[in-house]
Amino acid sequence: MKSFSFERAQSPADAAAAAARQPDAKFIAGGTNLLDLMKLEIEVPTHLIDVNGLALDRIEDTEQGGIRIGALMRNTDLAAHERVRSDYGLLSRALLAGASGQLRNKATTAGNLLQRTRCPYFYDTNMACNKRQPGSGCSAIGGFTRQLAVVGVSDACIATNPSDMNVALRALDATVETVKPDGQTRAIPIADFHKLPGDTPHIETALEQGELITAVTLPKPLGGKHIYRKVRDRASYAFALVSVGAVIQPDGTGRFAVGGVAHKPWRVEEAESELSRGAPAVSQRLFADAKPTNENRFKLALTTRALASVVEEART
Amino acid sequence: MKFDTPAATNPIDQLKVVGQPHDRIEGPLKTTGTALYAYEHNLPNQAYGYVVGAGIAKGRIRSMETAEAKRAPGVIAIVTAENAGKLGIGEKNTAKLLGGPEIQHYHQAIALVVAESFEQARAAANLVRVEYQSEKGRFSLNEEKGQGKKPEDGEPDSAVGDFQAGFERAAVKFDAIYHTPDHSHAMMEPHASVAAWDGDKLMVWTSNQMINWGADDLAKTLNINRDSIRLMSPFVGGGFGGKLFLRSDIVLAALGAKAAHRPVKVALQRPLIANNTTHRPATVQRIRIGASQDGKISAIGHESWSGDLEGGQPENAVQQTRFLYAGADRMTQTRLAVLDLPEGNAMRAPGEAPGLMALEIAMDEMAERLEIDPIEFRILNDTQVVPDKPSAPADETDPQAKAGEGGNKDLPFSQRQLTECFRQGAERFGWNKRNPQPAQVRDGRWLVGIGVAAAFRNNQTMDSGARVRLATDGVVTVETDMTDIGTGSYTIIAQTAAEMMGVPLEMVEVRLGDSTYPVSSGSGGQWGGNSSTAGVYAACVKLREAVAQKLGFNADDIEFADSKVRAGNRSLPLKDAAKDGEIVAEDTLEFGDLDKKIHQSTFGAHFVEVGVDSFTGETRIRRMMAVCAAGRILNPKTARSQVIGALTMGAGAALMEELAIDERHGFFANHDLAGYEVPVHADIPHQEVVFLDETDPTSSPMKAKGVGELGICGVGAAVANAIYNATGVRVREYPITLDKLLPEMPDV
Repeated sequence: MKSFSFERAQSPADAAAAAARQPDAKFIAGGTNLLDLMKLEIEVPTHLIDVNGLALDRIEDTEQGGIRIGALMRNTDLAAHERVRSDYGLLSRALLAGASGQLRNKATTAGNLLQRTRCPYFYDTNMACNKRQPGSGCSAIGGFTRQLAVVGVSDACIATNPSDMNVALRALDATVETVKPDGQTRAIPIADFHKLPGDTPHIETALEQGELITAVTLPKPLGGKHIYRKVRDRASYAFALVSVGAVIQPDGTGRFAVGGVAHKPWRVEEAESELSRGAPAVSQRLFADAKPTNENRFKLALTTRALASVVEEART
Repeated sequence: MKFDTPAATNPIDQLKVVGQPHDRIEGPLKTTGTALYAYEHNLPNQAYGYVVGAGIAKGRIRSMETAEAKRAPGVIAIVTAENAGKLGIGEKNTAKLLGGPEIQHYHQAIALVVAESFEQARAAANLVRVEYQSEKGRFSLNEEKGQGKKPEDGEPDSAVGDFQAGFERAAVKFDAIYHTPDHSHAMMEPHASVAAWDGDKLMVWTSNQMINWGADDLAKTLNINRDSIRLMSPFVGGGFGGKLFLRSDIVLAALGAKAAHRPVKVALQRPLIANNTTHRPATVQRIRIGASQDGKISAIGHESWSGDLEGGQPENAVQQTRFLYAGADRMTQTRLAVLDLPEGNAMRAPGEAPGLMALEIAMDEMAERLEIDPIEFRILNDTQVVPDKPSAPADETDPQAKAGEGGNKDLPFSQRQLTECFRQGAERFGWNKRNPQPAQVRDGRWLVGIGVAAAFRNNQTMDSGARVRLATDGVVTVETDMTDIGTGSYTIIAQTAAEMMGVPLEMVEVRLGDSTYPVSSGSGGQWGGNSSTAGVYAACVKLREAVAQKLGFNADDIEFADSKVRAGNRSLPLKDAAKDGEIVAEDTLEFGDLDKKIHQSTFGAHFVEVGVDSFTGETRIRRMMAVCAAGRILNPKTARSQVIGALTMGAGAALMEELAIDERHGFFANHDLAGYEVPVHADIPHQEVVFLDETDPTSSPMKAKGVGELGICGVGAAVANAIYNATGVRVREYPITLDKLLPEMPDV
């Protein structure tokens, strides 16, 4: 770990301003991802701004009938919150499908949104990686790709977003609230928050330098059945091969996002209108532009089957 | 003590302490965090080493720039092949433990950065700039196996009768190819060492299974006197064969300490372990079975291909096929290709573990072809003599003279309760509830199936020594360089000494894992439990003699019990023997050639029930049972722990474990515990272990055999067969992940 300076932020706006002053600054909350990456020198911040004291760790109701989740709310607390469990079961289930109890106790809502890819080539610093070192190339393409993305990929990157929570937030139409270094706040729809890799896979979100996530809001509850289906080789503590986060209404209509297939939680709203025609039809729309590798082509059929499983579960 | 005739009745047979399910005597140290593992030894003025691993698989270092790293804060020394002096190579190592300029495999250690703190060493290690000249390597077993050669050592080929003709003649034939992948030991504690020099004396605290091998090879590698080395490994946080040998952490800690003139500690970083250390090599196996319509095997052939670095060893995956089932015409063949992947070597039950993963699917497939119950098919072909060792030269004109069918020179098994294992397991597991038609049983969205497989592992023994002391206060202390790699060695050694000397377990102290103690069997090949306690037995026999002499007993019926020595009406406290000073006895149990006259193996049967998600193809194990016949069980509690651990490891091999090879760069790409998945608690809901009552007087005075590796043998196939029973999909390539099942699963 390279040496770095450290400060405790006094307010969200202060934190953002402090981050803007130092180009290599990073916010630290739970640290469950950042510290690992710092040990490997994949992340090399020169300055850490501890945001844990900013009192952004509670849930409140919004005027629109939804909820505002503080950026620093721990995954464990969020998953266990009564309002989340009763009205946004999908979010609760997605959270509990991720990581381990110990990690969820530390990990925060904002940190989970910013969780970086688990592509093995991103982690091995002997290998070229455009995310780690822009312009160096992508050694994942043509390599071991079983876990990697099948859709929305580019010639520069085929990494996936590993988060379960993000899949739920995408299906629930969350909004990410932030404060910028100049004190301005903004609300970024979740659909625009995560980026596809394109030519700049190192740019993963819409956040600007220094911009700090303060909250995530969810619109008023959708009702329906909330299902998170995570498919993986082992029963726990593994990243999804494919996951489906869905809210299915009694009439069979619904909405869903898919994890483990793309650089961002994958949702194609037009595909949702195909639900009545069955999972294969939905998948066709979802993966219209898919570019799987030989090793991860199975994710397409697997998503179809996972979707069918979700629809079946909603029916019973 | 020589052991060359079957053991008679001896004090161990009392089973007052031995054979009892005692808790681990060192358990409290471990649960309170006070058992000091290698890296936790803190020495005054110690420094920290961080290993730089090669960034290519094959080629040369063109240049290595260390100036910037040397200038980094806290850096004391940087060790490289260039400045380390001339190094030898250990007897049991294939690749160099400090590489350069030639690179033999990915993440081969090429430098150690030593600094005041771990963090400084790590930061500086990232400043070492290396330019490589890459060479084309051979990384694909499938591509290279055609070039595979007959290994020089061992018995790569075996033949009895005429396999080809016998197979051709058989009424029912089966022929299939199976694949097992490379596996990583993935033990909890990484390889770690702390080294300190005192003049030309070297002390190393390390994590190693075989103290004597380690000390020998360290001397050879450093070109120093073996006697000037003290290796200590009192606690080992898992080994599984990955710590059988001298590895780079020991060598680099010693070299780093020499360069820094200070004690240095080195732990291999987790991402290095898969490629820097050894692994279980992948295999391709072809199995052919010929049988009569009524299920008698007449011909069985097993060929295996694996790869290793030039000068390395094959994975002996055909081993069990020479012993497990009858059949007159047989052949096995092992071929070894050169691969430039990291070094392959032993991992828990080398040979049998991957061999049975293939053979025991083949047996399931053949049973189905014959329309015979898989258990009955195995029992039908059970044998009480080694089928691979014919009683007399085969006489073509007289079929009765063929192998294993008469004559009085058959090589018998000392004990072979394979059929009993199957019968008991079937009864307890509820085998009769299995629907022999695959893909018939549903539980909601789950397809449910039951599978079975035989377990087999040869019983190996190793000479083992110990020293036993009787102190003035009556405490018995055992010293041996035996290791406890989580297996329970401390406890069974204490039980042995307590039984022999007639004292309670609390009166025994056990000191292990120090090269100044008598050389033991060490921990490997499931020989450690039986061999090391036999060594303690031998030393205790000597101590009993010394005690008897001291106390003036010369009767034959002398008894050691209740901390007393008794003969006839005379009884004296044991400790009286030491009232003039401690009594010390030392001996080594030397195994003769008894196992050449009577073959010793361990047997078992695995039963597994799985559910396979009909939508996603995810396999989840529902319950597992192992029935083991493995000689006397010295401690049913620690033995059970061994077997449930082995079942878990077998489940990993069946369902998820695979070192993924990047064939362009020649390395295992998933080289951390996020990428290399091993089972977690949620994968293992219910396990049951049954030990059949058995004593084997041919194995040692303890009448025990190994069980820690038997437990993994066959598990993978039992899972595979259960998946087939659940889904009707037969997968012959491990691990059986959902992507291999889905293409053949019914639509949903």
